[in-house]
Amino acid sequence: MAGFFTSRLFFISLACVVIAATLPFYVSGYILGLLTVAFYFGVFAMAWDLLFGFAGEVNFGPTFLIGVGAYTAGILNNQFGWSVYLCILLGALASVVAGFVLALPALRVRGPYFGLTTLVAVLMLQNFVVVFADLTGGEIGLTIPDVITINAGANYWIALGFMTVSAAILYGLSQSPVGLVLQASGQDPVQAGALGFNIVKHKLAAFIVSAFFSGLSGALLVFYFGTASVGTVVDVAVGVNVIVSAVLGGRRTVLGAALGAIFLIVAGEFLRPTGELATFIVSAVALLVVLFFPGGFLGAALSREARS
Amino acid sequence: MQALQILIDGFAISALYALGATGFTLIFGVSGVLNLSHGAIMVAAAVAAWAAASVLHLDTYSGALLGVAVALVVAFATYFAVVKPIQNSRRIPNEEKEIFVLTGTLLWGIMIQELIAYFFTNNAKTVLPIVEGVVDIFGVRTPRNEIFTAIVCCLVIGLLWILVNRTRTGKAVLAASMNPRGVTLLGLELTRIYVVVWAIYGILAGIAGVLLGMFLGVSSYSVGPLTASAFSIVVLGGLGSVSGSLIAAFVVGYLETVTAYLVSPAYRTIPALLLLVVVMYIRPQGLLGRR
Repeated sequence: MAGFFTSRLFFISLACVVIAATLPFYVSGYILGLLTVAFYFGVFAMAWDLLFGFAGEVNFGPTFLIGVGAYTAGILNNQFGWSVYLCILLGALASVVAGFVLALPALRVRGPYFGLTTLVAVLMLQNFVVVFADLTGGEIGLTIPDVITINAGANYWIALGFMTVSAAILYGLSQSPVGLVLQASGQDPVQAGALGFNIVKHKLAAFIVSAFFSGLSGALLVFYFGTASVGTVVDVAVGVNVIVSAVLGGRRTVLGAALGAIFLIVAGEFLRPTGELATFIVSAVALLVVLFFPGGFLGAALSREARS
Repeated sequence: MQALQILIDGFAISALYALGATGFTLIFGVSGVLNLSHGAIMVAAAVAAWAAASVLHLDTYSGALLGVAVALVVAFATYFAVVKPIQNSRRIPNEEKEIFVLTGTLLWGIMIQELIAYFFTNNAKTVLPIVEGVVDIFGVRTPRNEIFTAIVCCLVIGLLWILVNRTRTGKAVLAASMNPRGVTLLGLELTRIYVVVWAIYGILAGIAGVLLGMFLGVSSYSVGPLTASAFSIVVLGGLGSVSGSLIAAFVVGYLETVTAYLVSPAYRTIPALLLLVVVMYIRPQGLLGRR
């Protein structure tokens, strides 16, 4: 861990954050808005990577955790008019509870079955939103009266700060002894258990941490958008984007996941002139990376550094 | 009256689900691949059959054949361009190949979906049915096409059963699903078996796709739900168990039809999802699955 503060990765990340922090002084509000969303997405992807890359559990439903956080915060604000920060906090806590409820039975099953349980959770949440349309706004979306701020620069800094802090905590966690136990139990649960580690406890903890950050980020995102809808925080397609981001950036690197998310969103925007082909091109690039650079962006960079 | 209607409609839907899920479970059972581009292959077949009639002006039979052929080609492309490179890759650790196959086929499915949307728009397309008209079954007006769909599905599944249990190739496939290493020791080429399985899969998905296009219509938006429904049917029945997924297809098909008729079409998918959750909790390996 101490070695990290002198490593090249640390200085590169620090430089990136510092450069990113100065962006509001010379780029347009449009780019800031794009990056704000990308940063929140980065947190989704990092939280997912903690679960997959380290605990070895394929969570097909990251949007279940994101959606519960986002909708709880949005509904509380919409129904009771509570302050934004209280709503965000409660949203994150609701997401933790949801993650706990989902993880307890889901962790009993493995591999594809775990993936399916999480996927079903998303479909259930989606149905819930549509069926209880009075409360959730249904397919049109939930209107949220309050926003954190309308200043594009301030929103951008909040998102950047939130992503940086989350990245520091998640990365620190992944490199800590707890992270190592998680990695061991992901790769060989029997052996890790035989060494005396409580695997279920560790995986549950990973799930809760992942849920906390997903929910927090989801809640912040809806207060940035001013609306919560199935299409932006619950849909399976959003979850797919989160997973693709993490694999693209490099699984088991945490920081790479954020990189992948930013790439995915910015590339999608740059390709907007190509119209309907934008998603096709992004998916094709992602598929090529999966096939030829399975380590992802950061994985490829790190392994080159390790070799030289 | 309504009971009979539910019985007939539910049967047609269930048979179609069963056909769609059979190929999916066959591939998983033999090569351990969960093909998340499944929905895209089915839609590609239906759209090809539709395009054959409305763009190329072919008759419905050639259109249906073209649809199945397209599904076969796309299935082979999925295997050779996505699944095989991942399985043979040395840079991906073995325990992570599963998630890479999932991610890869998912991306591949999105690519097919987007291409279909680009060339043929997002609009829903209904393939002209091979048989037209309506018959009256004890007072229930039933489209002939619905009966045709059910019969074709049952026939194809029956043929598949004969192929797997009565022919040499089929027995090799069955053996590969039980013990791949044993098959290799007996001197059978495992990759050849995989190619055969993907061919069977392509044909099954193609027929299912074309029939779906005739029965309910498809659009590029159906890709995700189709994959999800095949996935949940297969998990409900037990991954890799063909008879399990047949039973599960009928359970899901009838649950959906009953809900749509008696409660509301809006809640159609909810009971099946609830059942899936309950089964996952009580019997995670599915109805007829092996651990």
